[in-house]
Amino acid sequence: MNRIVNLFQNKTEQDKEGLLNVYFTAGFPQLDDTLKVLKALQEGGADLVEIGMPYSDPVADGETIQKSNDQALENGMTVRILFDQLKDMRQTITVPVLLMGYVNPVLQFGIENFCKKCAEVGIDGLILPDMPMDVYQNEYKPIFDAYGILNIFLVTPQTSEKRIRQIDEISEGFIYTVSSASVTGSSTGVSDDMETYFNRLNAMNLKNPRLIGFGIKDNDTFLKASRYAAGAIIGSAFIRVLQNSNDLENDIKTFVSEVKGKPLEVALA
Amino acid sequence: MEAVAEKNSFQVNNKGYYGTFGGAFIPEMLYPNVEELRENYLQIIAEPAFQKEYNDLLRDYVGRPTPLYRANRLSEKYQTNIFLKREDLCHTGAHKINNTIGQILLAKRLGKQRVVAETGAGQHGVATATVCALMNIECIVYMGELDIERQAPNVARMKMLGAEVRSATCGSKTLKDATNEAMRHWINNPVDTHYIIGSVVGPHPYPDMVARFQSIISEEMRWQLKEQTGSETPDYVVACVGGGSNAAGAFYHFLDDENVKLVAVEAAGQGVNTGHSAATTALGKPGVLHGSRTILMQTEDGQVTEPYSISAGLDYPGIGPQHAYLYDSGRGTFLSATDEEAVQAAFELTRLEGIIPALESSHALAVLGRLGASLNDTVVVNLSGRGDKDMATYMKYID
Repeated sequence: MNRIVNLFQNKTEQDKEGLLNVYFTAGFPQLDDTLKVLKALQEGGADLVEIGMPYSDPVADGETIQKSNDQALENGMTVRILFDQLKDMRQTITVPVLLMGYVNPVLQFGIENFCKKCAEVGIDGLILPDMPMDVYQNEYKPIFDAYGILNIFLVTPQTSEKRIRQIDEISEGFIYTVSSASVTGSSTGVSDDMETYFNRLNAMNLKNPRLIGFGIKDNDTFLKASRYAAGAIIGSAFIRVLQNSNDLENDIKTFVSEVKGKPLEVALA
Repeated sequence: MEAVAEKNSFQVNNKGYYGTFGGAFIPEMLYPNVEELRENYLQIIAEPAFQKEYNDLLRDYVGRPTPLYRANRLSEKYQTNIFLKREDLCHTGAHKINNTIGQILLAKRLGKQRVVAETGAGQHGVATATVCALMNIECIVYMGELDIERQAPNVARMKMLGAEVRSATCGSKTLKDATNEAMRHWINNPVDTHYIIGSVVGPHPYPDMVARFQSIISEEMRWQLKEQTGSETPDYVVACVGGGSNAAGAFYHFLDDENVKLVAVEAAGQGVNTGHSAATTALGKPGVLHGSRTILMQTEDGQVTEPYSISAGLDYPGIGPQHAYLYDSGRGTFLSATDEEAVQAAFELTRLEGIIPALESSHALAVLGRLGASLNDTVVVNLSGRGDKDMATYMKYID
C-alpha cells in the first residue's frame, strides 16, 4: 500500500493528533544537504515530507521559497541530481515522501520516466500546482497509477463546491487545503474567519483527508489547523530555519519537535 | 462545407488550445480568477455597448484607424510594393494600447477596482497606466529591477500617470520575473483585481482575448489594402514577435487566407547560436511557461533561460501559444534578425521614409530583403511602435 494512504488510515484509527508535513527545497542551503535535511525531519518527528524541486519561475511561491529556489539552482540542483541523491533513501527513511514542483521540469524529464524514477527511489506522491486537472485525467493519470504515484491536488477558499467534489473524486492520499488566497509564506496564520471555510469542507464529508497549508509556522498555528483537518503543512517558516542555521541537524529536530509540541527528549525517546 | 469546417482552424478551440499549444496551466489559487474571465470575456466583448465604447475610444483617443502607408522609396529599394501599418502613430507610441483599452473596459464590467500589469521595456506598463488614469482605476505595474534601471523614461511616464511601479527582485529580475510577480499579486488579490497581460501569452483565455483586441490591426489592413491596391489580401504580412501581440493582431484576419504568407520575425540578438539570443522557435522546445503550453527557451532540466535582445520588447523566453501553433503547423514562416540587422533597418527606414521605428519593429523591417517578394507582390509590414524610446541606443550608431 502507498505510504501516504497507509499513514492516514492508521492515523484515524490511532489518535487525534495532527500530522505534520514539512516542505523543504532540494539542494538547499547546500547542494548535498537534501538527504541530511530529510533524515533530520524524520528524526524530529515529521510525519510526511515534501521535497521541493527548485524552479526558475515558481509563481505560487512567496519570497522565502523563491529565494531558496534561486539558491538551490545556483548550487547546481537538477531533477537528475535529486533522484541520484535520493536513490538509497529508503534504507533509512520510512515516512512518506512527496516531490513538489512545477510541471515544466517534469515534462522535460518525461512524465513516464519521472514516475518510474519516483517509484524506484521510493517517492509516494507528487504535488504539481500548475498541472491542470483535466490534463492530468486525460493524459497522465494512467502513468501515475501504473507506478503507484499519487497526485495531490490543491483547494482554496475560492474553489467552488462542485470543483472540490471533482477534486475529491480523482484524489487519493490527501487534499492540500490552501488556507487563504495567497502565495506561500503569508503571515496570516490561522485566522478566525478561515473557520467557516474549514467547517464548510468538513461538512462536505469528502472521502479524502485534508492537510492545511499556507500560513502555518509554529505550534500554535499547527494545533489550530489540526483542529479542522488531519494535520498541517509547514514550508516557508522551515526554510527560514534552514537559512539561519549553523547546525542543521539540531535546529531541524528542535523546530519540528517544538511545532508538534513535544520536547525533543520525548520525541526521541 | 469543408471550407466552413476549416475556417478558424488557427483560432483557439473551445478547450482553450491551438493544436497542442495553449491551455491553462495555473495553480488552483489562480483558477477562480481565470475561470471568471473565461466565462465572461466573449459575452462582454460582444455586447453592443462594449463594442461602441471600445471603438469610440480607439477612434477618438487612440487615433484609429492608423494609416496604411505605401513606402515608395523603400519599395523601390526592395523592388516590391511595401506598405507600412502605422501602429507607431497610436497614442502612447505603439499598438499596446489597443489591448489595454479593451481590457480596462472588461475590468470595469467585471467590477474590478484595481489593475495589475507586468512590463519589460515599459511600453505595456505605460499603455496600462494610461488607461487606468483615463478610467480612474488604481494601477500597479511590476517591472524587473534591471529593467527599471534600463528604462528610466518609461518608469517616469508610468509614475506621472499615477501608477505604482514595483520592482521584481527575484530570478533574473527582468520581464519573466515581473510576469511572475504580477501573477502572485493576482493570487493574493483574487476578488478586486484584474490582471492586464500585455501580450498573447498566459493561460487561456488571455492569448485569445489579447489577439481579439489587437485584431483591429488586420481588420483595418484589409479595407485599406482594398482601397489602395484593389485587393483585400497582400502576399506577405511581416511582424516582429516577442510574446507576439502585434503579430497576432496583424495576422488575425489573414489566418485562413492561405495565399497570404505570415512572416514572424524573432530577435536573434547577437546571433542565434551565440548564447545571447531571443530566437525562441530556433532555440526553444515545447513546455509550459506563464500558464500555457508553448515553445520556450529552457535548459535541459526544464529551467526557463534568460533571453537576450537589443530590443527590450522582444526579450522574452517564449512566444504565444498561437504562434507556437503557426510555427509547428507551418502556417507561419519564422525568421530572425540580429541586433545589427535591426539597427541597420531602423536607419534605412529613417533615411528613406523619415520614420524612426521602434527597435522591435525594426526586426520586421530587417527581413525585407530575404522574403523573395517580387515586383508585383504586396508586402505589409506592421510598424508596431515608434523609436523615441530607443534614441539612447540609436545615438550610439550615429557617427
